[in-house]
Parts: sequence; structure tokens; C-alpha cells
Amino acid sequence: MKIVVCIKQVPDTAEVKLDPKTNTLIREGVPSIINHDDKAGLETALQLREQHGGTVTVVCMGPPQADVALREALAMGADEAYLISGREFGGSDTYATATIIGAALKKIGYDLVITGRQAIDGDTAQVGPQIAEQLKIPQVSYAEEIRVEGSYVIVKRQFEDQAHVLKVQMPCLVTALTELAEPRYMHAGGIVDAYQQTIKVLGFEDLKGLLNPEWIGINGSPTNVAKSFTKQAKGEGKILPGLSVDEAVAAIMETLIERHII
Amino acid sequence: MDFKLDKAHQLQQELFRNFAEKEIKPLAKEMDEKEEYSQELLAKMQKYGFFGIPYSREYGGCGSDTLAYTLCMEEVSKVDASTGITISVHTSLCCSCLNNYGTEEQKQKYLRPLIDGSKIGCFGLTETNAGSDVQGAQTVAVKDGEDWLITGSKIFTTNSGFADTCIVFAITDRSVPTAKGLTAFIVDLKKTPGVTVSENIERMGIRAASNCIVSYDNVRVSADRVLGPVGKGFKIAMGALDCGRIGIAAQAVGIAQGALNEAIKYGKERKQFNKPINSFQNTQFKMAEMQTKIDSARLMTWRAALAEDEHEAFGPLAAMAKLLASDVANEVTRFAVQSMGGYGYCREYPVERAMRDAKITEIYEGTSEVMKMVISGSMKLK
Repeated sequence: MKIVVCIKQVPDTAEVKLDPKTNTLIREGVPSIINHDDKAGLETALQLREQHGGTVTVVCMGPPQADVALREALAMGADEAYLISGREFGGSDTYATATIIGAALKKIGYDLVITGRQAIDGDTAQVGPQIAEQLKIPQVSYAEEIRVEGSYVIVKRQFEDQAHVLKVQMPCLVTALTELAEPRYMHAGGIVDAYQQTIKVLGFEDLKGLLNPEWIGINGSPTNVAKSFTKQAKGEGKILPGLSVDEAVAAIMETLIERHII
Repeated sequence: MDFKLDKAHQLQQELFRNFAEKEIKPLAKEMDEKEEYSQELLAKMQKYGFFGIPYSREYGGCGSDTLAYTLCMEEVSKVDASTGITISVHTSLCCSCLNNYGTEEQKQKYLRPLIDGSKIGCFGLTETNAGSDVQGAQTVAVKDGEDWLITGSKIFTTNSGFADTCIVFAITDRSVPTAKGLTAFIVDLKKTPGVTVSENIERMGIRAASNCIVSYDNVRVSADRVLGPVGKGFKIAMGALDCGRIGIAAQAVGIAQGALNEAIKYGKERKQFNKPINSFQNTQFKMAEMQTKIDSARLMTWRAALAEDEHEAFGPLAAMAKLLASDVANEVTRFAVQSMGGYGYCREYPVERAMRDAKITEIYEGTSEVMKMVISGSMKLK
């Protein structure tokens, strides 16, 4: 069984700052981490390998600095790592990104593809499902449990007020929730090994036969960010303690009228 | 000359830091109060390679180096100095002896399980009447056929409460000075008849660490458990202590940095005279002074570590690092308690523990006075 885990390197901050000119994320000076959902997916992949054998391959699309995310994945126990990186890929939206990763996965090969549900920097939750569409394979999103039985994957999918258990034949794609598994730490010696391994870089030239240049980058992206901005924090609310019900109603009504809401 | 950590070391530092924050810090206060080291925590650290960092992959170690080991020592000691000494005695004192003097067979049999995370090691040199003066050792080993019989008592044997393997030093020839009559033996503490391990010795600091008296009553040791040549024990012990001092220096740097970080965090929140105490210039200047001292101790420690990794003479460098770092640890922890006032003195905050823990770094693996002997001895003063 060849498990491929797609990971994304994201800024480790709750307070994402944006460049007001380009409306894109400012990444300088912010520590980078492996996206939480993706790391849970990687942990599950490692556990599935321990139970059923096979290999775990990690794939990351990003700038050359994303190398460290792949080293971390190797130090946790992944067998091999690919960095999908190239100038031609810059500015890709989720659709173009999934097109590129899909092409890379065709080249790498897979039985089970695991991605995170969504990345904490973009929060779209689109790339995983779009990769499955690109590869024309079945998908299950929002996985909180994954088991393997023969050539089938049995996934418990989280819904708001219920859960679905789906049985899917491999090859297929599953998107993982953070709750899926608590990731292990890197091994201290695994880090030494990780830096002795070669990370294979897949650029545009490597995927040329599988990619139409018109489908990728800014030009191949059907969506583009028109504007993004940091929200103004709401001011502190006013608390009126010790009022009776009637007084409270009167006070609320007064404010609503004062503000011309009613 | 490069003062920056390379990428692999940076990632290792991140691992040690995250692990210390998430796994060790929440347990540190309770372990100190109970005077007991968590065996679950120990097992977890073994699993992630913390007990074999500078040793080769060939024998099950991490294949890393002394520099990485100092990073580990600093990060764990920032939150718990007891964890630092537990790793240090195992790594620097016990394993270095086996790594440097063990035969191929001894390395496979004893070093491998110690560095692959299956077993814990300790080091039995100090006796009640032989501290700084190692030559006062009384523990003897006498030949009985092919075997040796060890009799005597060793005090302050760190890790002995749960360790598997101990490097024990005993006099095998009384007719010569101890420096020439001491021999190292590999003893299995858990399985060998005649070995008795006492209760934990009650101490001022590093209270979670295991530290006991180990008595040997006619303990039979086969000839294949003699480590290095007979009569070379003194040299083996001194070499191990040179390695150990780099670890203790890193531990001291960690204790200091951990305490300063706590004081900084507290000083941002704590208001007196209507201002956070960190906004007073006196506090800022003291913080600046403390950080400068910690950085200098850290650089000295890294210098000693790099010298060991490059197989250069590092004994005096390790002694300088330990002398400076242990002094800095005591000064910084005292400052941290002072800057936090009454709260710093309370057990609710970790700086009082750091202050108690710091003291030992000036004492064990050679006192500060012994460090000065080592350093001055290398200066060609006479």
C-alpha cells in the first residue's frame, strides 16, 4: 500500500497579517509549521503503515523554504518526500493548485491519498476534494477515523450532528481532521537521517507532459483575491448589572431606539 | 567561525523545546514535590531518542553530536533540571565510557540497549570519603578465579533508583596510587546478587532525579565486564567527567534561561506603581545583563561541544564552560526570584525550584574549585 500524504506549510500564528498592497499573506518573520489537519493525516498514515505495511510518501507544494516541513515529516517517520516547487506555480488558486498536485500524484503513484481538511491560513477546504476530482478517484472528506481492510478504506466522516461510515475502494482520497490522530514527535535521530535524505523536487519541467501551462499559476486560476483585510475588533460591550426584567427590557429598548435600529 | 546552528540542529532544538514544553513542564512541579521521576516520561523520552543523541547509528544511537546533546540538555533543563541530570548521567558518564573504552562485544551487549532507548545507565565513582579527592576511594575488586568480587559503597549515584547498567570504579591494586590502581566494571544493578540500592537521598534541588547510595557486597563480575584495561579506571572516569561537564554546563544554561524567561513573562503582567515592572529601566537593565551572561555561557558550552565533536582537547574548555555557566545559573535564578518578589519565593511559580536546582551545578561532576584546578592546570602557570 502506497500512502501519499499532502502537507502544507503554514504560518504558525492566529494573527495572520496581510500585505495591504497585494492582499496576500506576509510570511516573513512568522514561524512556519505543518498544517494541523495535515499532520494528523500524516500520523494516521504512519499508523496504517505500522499496521499494514507499505510506504508513506509526503508531498508538499510551496516555495523552497517548505523543505523544512518535509524534513519534519521524514523525521516523524515518512519514507520519502517530494517538494512541488516552481516559479510557474506561483499565484495558483485552489483549482490550479489541485491541478498541479494532481499531476504530481499521477507521476508519483498512490493507493491512498490523505490530505488535511483545510489549511489554517486559507481555510478553503477545497484542495483535497479538487485533487480527487483531478485524479478521478473517490473521496471522503472530514475523516475522524480511518481503517484499512484489504483494498478498501473505511472512513468515519464527521457531520454536524451525526457521523457517516463509508467504505471506499482504493485508490481514493481522504481529507483528515485534526481530531483524527495526535501526531507523534520527530525522533531526535530521525532528524539527522532526514537531513541526509534527498528531497525530490518536482518543477514545471518534471510535470510538463501532465500539465497544460494555461491551467496553472495566476493565469490558470479561475478565482483571484479581490480584497482582503484584517477585521476591526469589536469594542467591549456595555454591561448593565442588577436590573429587573422590566428595567432590562426598557434599557434594551432605549438603546435600540437611540441607535435607530427600531 | 559560525555562531549559527545549522538546519538539522535548529530542527532538533525545536523538537526538544516542544517536547519540554508539552511533556515535561506540566509534570515538573509534582515530580519535585514527590521526589520521584515519572517512569512514563522517561519511557517517552527514550522512544524519541533522547538517551542516545551523540552516539552512532551503528549501535542504535541517533547518529548526532555533542552540540545536539547540549541543545537537548538546555531545553529540558529550562523546564526541569532533574530531567537534565537524568539524561546527562546516562549519556555523558555511563555511555561515553562504553563508547570510548568498550570492546565491540561490550558495545553490542551494553551500549546498544542504553542508547537505543531500552535501558538506563548510571556511574558509580563518588564515595563518602572520595568526592573531589577521587584518590580516596575505598571500594575494592579482588580477583576470584577469572571473576572479580567488588565490595564497597558508592554515594550520590544518579539514576541508580531505576538504572539497569552502572559503570562502577573499584581499586584492583592497592600497591600503587589510586590513579593507577582503579579499574572500571560494567555492573547490572537490577540482576546482580550483592547489589543494594538505598532510598533516594533527600536533597535541596533536582529532587525528582534518582540519587541513591549503592552498596556492593562481594558482587561477582565476570572478566568480560571489565571496561578498558585493568588499572586504567582513573583515566576512564576523568574522561567521562570531561564529557559530563559539557552536559552540566548546558543544564546550567537551561536553568538560567528558563528562570529568566519566567521572570520576563511575569514582569510583563505584574504591575507596581501603576506600571508593568518590565517598564522600569532598572528591571530592563538587569534583564539585559542576565541575558548577556546566559548567552556568553551558552557560547562557551557550544565551543566545548564543538571541540569534542571535532576530537580536539576539550577538557579545559568544558571546565571553563561549566565554571561560568554554573555561576550564571545561580546568579540568574537568584535574580529571577528577586524580581518576582514574594511570588518568586512561592512554589506556585517555577523560579524557586530553579534557584534550588541551580546550586548543584556548582558542585557535581567537579566543583567550581575543581574546575579552576583543571583550567589553571592547562595554563602552564608553573
